[in-house]
Amino acid sequence: MSPRGLTIRETVGVRTRLRVNDTTHELSVDSRLTLLDALRDVLGLTGTKKGCDQGACGACTVIIDGQRVLSCLTLAAGCEGQHVVTIEGLARGDELHPMQAAFLHCDGFQCGYCTPGQILSAVCAVQEVHAGMPSHVTPDVRQAVNSATLTDEEIRERMSGNLCRCGAYPNIVTAVRQVLVNEVRPALSGVEGS
Amino acid sequence: MNAFTFERLSRPTDAASAVAARPGAMFLAGGTTMVDLMKVDVLTPDTVVDVRHLGLSSIDVSDHAIAVSAAVTNSQLAWHPAVRERFPVLSQAILSGATTQIRNMATVAGNILQRTRCSYFRDVHASCNRRQPGSGCDALDGFNRGHAVLGVSDHCIATHPSDMCVALAVLDAEVHTLRADGTTRSIPFVDFHKAPGDTPHIEVALAHGELITHVVIPHLAAARRSHYVKVRDRASYEFALASAAVVLDVDGDTIRGARLGLGGIATKPWRAVEAEQILTGRKATDDAFRDAAEIAMAGAVARNHNHFKIELTKRTIVRAFATARDANL
Repeated sequence: MSPRGLTIRETVGVRTRLRVNDTTHELSVDSRLTLLDALRDVLGLTGTKKGCDQGACGACTVIIDGQRVLSCLTLAAGCEGQHVVTIEGLARGDELHPMQAAFLHCDGFQCGYCTPGQILSAVCAVQEVHAGMPSHVTPDVRQAVNSATLTDEEIRERMSGNLCRCGAYPNIVTAVRQVLVNEVRPALSGVEGS
Repeated sequence: MNAFTFERLSRPTDAASAVAARPGAMFLAGGTTMVDLMKVDVLTPDTVVDVRHLGLSSIDVSDHAIAVSAAVTNSQLAWHPAVRERFPVLSQAILSGATTQIRNMATVAGNILQRTRCSYFRDVHASCNRRQPGSGCDALDGFNRGHAVLGVSDHCIATHPSDMCVALAVLDAEVHTLRADGTTRSIPFVDFHKAPGDTPHIEVALAHGELITHVVIPHLAAARRSHYVKVRDRASYEFALASAAVVLDVDGDTIRGARLGLGGIATKPWRAVEAEQILTGRKATDDAFRDAAEIAMAGAVARNHNHFKIELTKRTIVRAFATARDANL
């Protein structure tokens, strides 16, 4: 881990081509560098937060090739050629992504630390629901889920990888539902579901 | 984290050779266990070989089996239409574990090879025969509420944490591997993991540098009536205190055959074969399931804090079978 501001591009390491929010970076990274530290300390994209740094809290959630993942357990050297979307890549200029707008509208946060991870996770959760994918609480995994009839329990289960120590959960569920029922299917590059 | 060389290869035999050539080398897939354990110095490889780009990412469905390549993610497997239709117990088991973020990263082979969550294994300052052979086991008389009651020894009582593996054990999956010399073999799932015995550091049947290429799940018509029940301290994102994977083959209300796997309570993904056998030919009643549960847990050995798991598991078994029986197919 490098202190903030210290460039490690000169460090002898693994050459890695990293595409982040549609910008490609040619890096030479220490093999131990996590994607989380690469984003924050090398590329200066501090929107992605370090919570537990051990895969338990979800604050570091980013989207890689359309899938939500934990950047703290991802080695930067392993991201060659992959497309990473962070919270900085969600809005289009001044136009917020619908999920960002919903979190604002529904007051889906308090301190805001977990919020970037919550929002990126929620964007993917909505796509997974639109694709019909079941969750642990879906009564029959053979059946596709329906966004119009999705229960709050389903939303909570699908968002269980993102902890919020302020306890903004009820309003987060409301925000996710708002995007779900509006049938907003954002067509961001790199955020298409699979 | 100690320093290591990172290798990104594109051919399975090259990956197997790269690891086989160095005693300190390890395969890396999703990283959800391995990067975590490297951060706390439980794993200290000098070489890490990324196996996510070896062309091992397909799910091949045929009439007689589903073949799942090693680097398929847990999400891809759980969400695959054929898996959900033919083996609901497998989708349910996977979806009950971890979170979507983690299931999107974790691979099938990585899940099979995941390490125990025993807190003494994860703490390099504690005694652990699994991590440091001969050093002792702090769990035996320590905080062992989450530990195993089946397959235990005086040297280790660490629980195997996987949900997916319990379903694969019940489905008689086969693990296919490739060695550096190009030879391959298949290992029955129930023989893949090793109970600790006197050698808790030997966890699986693989040789160093032997690469899992795919897992074959043979077709089982009865598995349409299958179910996974997981009991845990939280509603989501928690390891099992007890879990049961069942397949129930019924003719009217008579049991033609049954399969039972157990998780959260054993040192390896557990298959309760004797309990399965006493169900054949009986009426599918809760009493019959309770009889099977008693047999499944007859050999259980509890420590200070995990005695509750024995009764909990019996009730979990009955619930799983009863739910499978009552499913409206």
